[in-house]
Amino acid sequence: MIPLSHYLIVSAVLFAIGTAGVFLRRNLITILLSIEIMLNAVNLTFVAFGRYAGNLDGQIITFFVMTVAAAEAAVGLALVIALFRHRESLNPDTFTSLKW
Amino acid sequence: MLALIPLFPFLGFVVNSTMGRRLPKSVSGGLASLAMLASFAVSLVTVMQLRGLSPEARAIEQTLYTWIASGDLNIGLSFRVDPLSAVMILVITGIGSLIHIYSTAYMHDEVDSEFARYFSYLNLFASFMLVLVLGSNFPLMFVGWEGVGLCSYLLIGFWFKKKSANDAGKKAFIVNRVGDYAFILGMLAIFAKFGTLDFQGVASAVAALPVETEFGILSLATLLLFIGATGKSAQIPLYTWLPDAMEGPTPVSALIHAATMVTAGVYMIGRNAVLFSHAPETLTIVAVIGALTALMAGTIGLVQNDIKRVLAYSTVSQLGYMFLAMGVGAFGAGIFHLYTHAFFKACLFLGSGAVIHALHGEQDIRNMGGLKKELPITYWTFLIGAIAIAGVFPLSGFFSKDEILFETFVEGHQLLWTIGAITALLTATYMFRLVFLTFHGERRHDAPAAADAHGAHDTHDAHGHAPAGHGHADDHDHGHGHSGGHLHDAPPAMALALIVLAIGSVAAGWIGIPHAIGGHNELATWLAPSFSAPSVAGEVAAAEAGAEGEGGGEADHTALELTLMGVSLSIAIAGIAFAYFVWVKRRRIADNMVREFPGLHRLLLNKYYVDEFYDATIVQPIKAVSTEGLWRWFDVRVIDGAVNGAASIVDGSAGVLRRLQSGSVRAYAGSLFVGVVVILGYYLWR
Repeated sequence: MIPLSHYLIVSAVLFAIGTAGVFLRRNLITILLSIEIMLNAVNLTFVAFGRYAGNLDGQIITFFVMTVAAAEAAVGLALVIALFRHRESLNPDTFTSLKW
Repeated sequence: MLALIPLFPFLGFVVNSTMGRRLPKSVSGGLASLAMLASFAVSLVTVMQLRGLSPEARAIEQTLYTWIASGDLNIGLSFRVDPLSAVMILVITGIGSLIHIYSTAYMHDEVDSEFARYFSYLNLFASFMLVLVLGSNFPLMFVGWEGVGLCSYLLIGFWFKKKSANDAGKKAFIVNRVGDYAFILGMLAIFAKFGTLDFQGVASAVAALPVETEFGILSLATLLLFIGATGKSAQIPLYTWLPDAMEGPTPVSALIHAATMVTAGVYMIGRNAVLFSHAPETLTIVAVIGALTALMAGTIGLVQNDIKRVLAYSTVSQLGYMFLAMGVGAFGAGIFHLYTHAFFKACLFLGSGAVIHALHGEQDIRNMGGLKKELPITYWTFLIGAIAIAGVFPLSGFFSKDEILFETFVEGHQLLWTIGAITALLTATYMFRLVFLTFHGERRHDAPAAADAHGAHDTHDAHGHAPAGHGHADDHDHGHGHSGGHLHDAPPAMALALIVLAIGSVAAGWIGIPHAIGGHNELATWLAPSFSAPSVAGEVAAAEAGAEGEGGGEADHTALELTLMGVSLSIAIAGIAFAYFVWVKRRRIADNMVREFPGLHRLLLNKYYVDEFYDATIVQPIKAVSTEGLWRWFDVRVIDGAVNGAASIVDGSAGVLRRLQSGSVRAYAGSLFVGVVVILGYYLWR
């Protein structure tokens, strides 16, 4: 039996990788993927806690997160395509016109 | 029934103010006059009813509804007519009707909308004035009090395109405000002391108290009320607005600033006779102020050159007489003089209006003279009014003025009597100066150029050219300085009012013929119940009413009264003779006197510099405080400073904070992340 803490550590590592990806990569698609990693790290935590607590709540909310993540990926990718057509770039640092 | 009396003029006001501009002059003017006549008819019926009652029970009260009910305070919208207010409503509606009729001719040169506006104001005034005298409690009286002040303002500034008329209107309103403030304070003092504001209630409560020997709450309350009266009735120190109020149309001067509104203060003291009788200190002040005002205004009237201003100072002076009467406790005599004064002063003012009308706006008596032949109706009615005000037997002014002087003497105020007698001499002199300079001799054009032009009638030069644009310009273009020309005498509507008022000036006094010369002084007997407390009947009341002096039939009093009558009659004759001598026989004497006493003449011509004194001590300091303190400092620095300061704080902090909005999404995400870590860290390691 693998103890709960192992799942949580894996999840934390995945979340940290995702966060680092969001902050360090300069490609919008990579950033979107990093966000997916963070979401799945959270999913893992939910499932692990659900299993640990002995009920299905964690799995149910995971399905919700996956649904939302699918929608988010669709909208996000559409935005990325629109931005790319407009600016010929995928680097988020060039999109700074919304400022003072 | 009682409510109808003020209601008729009010309806006239409503119609003329809403639809007047679309009505022809005959309809709007006729409607206003009819409203007044209807009101007069109702008043007559009411007074007849009142006469049918026994003297103690003479009062009709009508409560329409409870106006204010709050705790102990219960004020009804209720009208009450008793002998005193009966006299007042007859004067207001009777003389008011005549002046409305007169105005239809006098104001005929105005365009339709202005004409209707004039009559709507005049009707509104009459309505408020009737509320003032019919109100059965202080607040309702105050409603009328303020309402007539408003109408006075509106009518003084009727020709609002003329700056001097606007200024005069504002002056009247603001000076009155000082008095009204004191009036409110007086009302509050009375409520604090008695817990009621009903005239009857206050009178009964006061009657139970001893007469105040030292300055107490009653003296304070009555003094405050009297200050209110000095504002409305143009007494020292608040009289300065009345002469300026002559900027209004002349019928307005006759109705508001001579016959009715300015007597409101006298009426108010008469209404609260019981209250004032219990405050002898205040009464002394009232008498002294009245006598001084009478004397001062009389001396000023002696040298003024504007026909209406002479009459205005004469009004102030006669009002001073009324207050003198009130102050010595002769309430009946004061109201008697109020009543006779309404006739002859209205007659004089309307006569001066007819002169001004005939001369197309000329008001300076230096440009008049010799009008006797051309304006016979005006001349004779004016002359009758002048004889009446001078106090010649048997015209009305003689009886009322004599009663005041007699009561003053009998009450032991010999000094005040002397002042009153001197004023009587002055009155006769300046009135006949006016008569002689206006109607006798040859037509003159002595006034320095730029004569005071009348607002309604366009400006014209001092040589009497008929002004262009005036209705009668073509027919009456009389030439340079010739005494001839074809002047119009008063048209029928004006003549009617003049003749009726002249008859009134002769006969009005006959209801108050004193016992000493075989009369019955019906007016004093009629008024007596109004000056006594409702619960206290009998001798105290009679004494306060001043009816007992003659009633006793004491021989020494009769002899004294006859002597005093002789004195005042000879004073009046002497004044007239002096005026005749100086201004008809030896015109040079007047000029010599001016040259002999240039300082005195200038002092009087400039009205003792009181206006200048008020300007320097009150107006300018207030202006300075308002400009420097309230405007430049408080408004600009403090209020604007607070508003602008708040804006610049937001502006400054926003200038710093907006740097955070870099537009870099990752910077936002970074700050979000840091925030989450900090908050989580706080909860975890706390």
